[in-house]
Amino acid sequence: MRLKNALIAMVVLLASGATVSFAQESHIGNIQGRASAGKGLYRRYCVGCHGPEGDGSGENAAWVDPKPRDFTAATFKCRSTPSGTLPTDQDIFDAITRGFVNTSMPAWRPLTNQNRADLVAYVKGFSAKWKGAAPGAPIAIPAEPPVKVEGILHGRELFQKMECWKCHGPEGHGNGPAAATLTDSKDNPIRPYNFAMGSRFKCGVTNEDLYRIFMTGLDGTPMPSFSDVLKPADAWDLVHFLRTLQPMQTKEAEVWKQWQTTQPAQAKQLKPIGPDQGSVQGAMNAQ
Amino acid sequence: MINMLNGKWRSGPKSSLLNTILLVTSFAIVLVLSVLTDSQPAYALPLHTGNVRAIPAFARKYGLPCSACHTAWPELNNFGQTFRDNGYQLNNDHDSPIYQDPGYFPISFRTTPNWHREGVNNQLIDAVPGVPGDPATGEGMVNGRVTTHGFDLSGFDLWSAGTLYKNISFTVLPAIESSGALHFEAAFIRFDNLLKSRWLNLKLGKFELDNMLSEKRFLFLSKNGGSYQSYHFVPTGELSNAFGLGDNQLGVELSGHSVNSYTRYGVALLSSNDGSPELPTSRSYDTYLTFSQAFPVGKLGLQRLGGFAYLGQRPTIALTAAGVAFPGAGYGNKSFYRAGFSGDFNIGKLQILPFFLHGYESAFLGTNTPANAALPDGAMAPTWNAGFVETHLHLSPQFVFTNRFELIRMSRQALPETPLNTGNIDAYTVGYRWYPIMFSRAGIAFHNEYSIIKTQGAGVGATPFVDPPTAVWSNSVHAGFDIAF
Repeated sequence: MRLKNALIAMVVLLASGATVSFAQESHIGNIQGRASAGKGLYRRYCVGCHGPEGDGSGENAAWVDPKPRDFTAATFKCRSTPSGTLPTDQDIFDAITRGFVNTSMPAWRPLTNQNRADLVAYVKGFSAKWKGAAPGAPIAIPAEPPVKVEGILHGRELFQKMECWKCHGPEGHGNGPAAATLTDSKDNPIRPYNFAMGSRFKCGVTNEDLYRIFMTGLDGTPMPSFSDVLKPADAWDLVHFLRTLQPMQTKEAEVWKQWQTTQPAQAKQLKPIGPDQGSVQGAMNAQ
Repeated sequence: MINMLNGKWRSGPKSSLLNTILLVTSFAIVLVLSVLTDSQPAYALPLHTGNVRAIPAFARKYGLPCSACHTAWPELNNFGQTFRDNGYQLNNDHDSPIYQDPGYFPISFRTTPNWHREGVNNQLIDAVPGVPGDPATGEGMVNGRVTTHGFDLSGFDLWSAGTLYKNISFTVLPAIESSGALHFEAAFIRFDNLLKSRWLNLKLGKFELDNMLSEKRFLFLSKNGGSYQSYHFVPTGELSNAFGLGDNQLGVELSGHSVNSYTRYGVALLSSNDGSPELPTSRSYDTYLTFSQAFPVGKLGLQRLGGFAYLGQRPTIALTAAGVAFPGAGYGNKSFYRAGFSGDFNIGKLQILPFFLHGYESAFLGTNTPANAALPDGAMAPTWNAGFVETHLHLSPQFVFTNRFELIRMSRQALPETPLNTGNIDAYTVGYRWYPIMFSRAGIAFHNEYSIIKTQGAGVGATPFVDPPTAVWSNSVHAGFDIAF
């Protein structure tokens, strides 16, 4: 009887596993992705880094820094959903499309939308979490307020106050005092984002993308979600400040530069960001 | 090698068995074909053998398997095409050599040890071997067949390519032929994303024309099948134009593409010397224009359609001193062109590549007449149509069946007395490539191919100089390992 039960359990387990492996779907707008089609694509494009089992242990993983994503953990950095929840199909699709700047993950935009949707469906098959839980609800992003110097100054204050500089560095170069100690959820060393490197963030290029990063966090990394501590207006101010750190012409950088030029005395009152510098409220009060 | 090295791929054993069955079956088919056609061997056209390209140095640099950029290496897929269009960059801000391990060096090599057999019929040979006949009169000569076979080498490509800096890329490709002779197959510098626009990229040097169906990256290696006949055809008897659409050319190219390379264009200004260095004949310039557009079709995959036009000229008169020509000082230019379209259509694992070309040569070029002399009576500009349909069945990233049927038909001869079908070509090639390993460091392919070509009016009749010219049949069998590191 025990043997019979065990056999039945095994059959059920195998059957359910097979069903999940091959019936997994994704939905990207009107496109329906199929895991069966994604399997071949995964083998062609992804297996070298992410491995045949999707656990991030492909033959190239040893040489890749940062390490490839472990799909079996179903932990994804770039989401529109709250921290700790599964991403939407669109989130994974966007990540495949966009790639990850400063990593070995390229943008797979040359693949067709259907191909990428098929890959999303297949990738979801690596973790049982997709069977038991639904993706989180995408966070709401309020309309972006106009860029003003007051907001930038407030964002600068938040950058100091919330100790973003400890990882990202006082000037956003990713060289804060804690940077060298950071590890991801698999204990692999991880570097904080260097805002001076370029125009793209890990999860997009727009202000909205940056806002979303604050509010959802990057799961699996030391970057937390600030949705509980930041009000939307504060988050937008932080976005506007961080844009001034980038080596490019942005509206925020223009406003910031203009203020520094027209209000040099007040600009000089700004204390450098970093340890023991306290608030910049004085500068703000001077407005 | 997913299934053979670590056995981790879920369908590994099944795929291995399938691949083995396909390999054995395919080899048998190609051998049978070669035996069956032994009675019709033929004429090996004096075309260069295929110079196949794949760059494992890039796979090593980026840690991507060959299959990421190639449908089956060396043929590029759209991801590989986009990478190439971006100037060998993934655009992840890690393309410049400054981000590479100092131990990395962008060099790849490729060679193909192989066994091959070539057969050609309707050749003029001595009636008694060792007793020279007279090829002018045919006395002492008969119609015969020539067959050769044995183990051989393809030559050796030593290819360096990559980025010198962000948005500055390069290629240097010295190729050593199996005879030991060395030449520069390609050498160029490319300035990418000028004015921060992917629509403006400037390349200078010797490079492959931006052919949508690349002859340098195709999946054929045999002496007959290793070239597109359509790319190199010139009318029978013409000596003043050796142009080949598949030949790398010297010049400058402006090109651009959309973010996913679905839309591509190229405009090239080229020296009229068919890629030969040191300006051997001409001081004029040719132009090459290409455009293609891809569009995704649901579950079928990406489809691409493109057009091209090569507008060229060649000198018909050489500037001489005491009868000796000055290199690169030819004049009396006469024009020619090639224009047509090509496609890349996909139905799941089946890839269909149609190609059509219309060719035109000035009557002066077609009759080898200097521009300052009168044309022969009735001379006309020769024209022809050429095309092929090539199919690839990609059973997996590690196994592909190939097949190509090609036709060339003269539509007008330069001289009225030349039969219209003289020079017509029928060609068929079938084969497969098996990639027993597929990872990001190196590549091996077992390549097996059979090719047969019929060239109308190129062979001697049953009785030389009595019977009219007849067709020449040539066939090739090729089996070897294609090695790229």
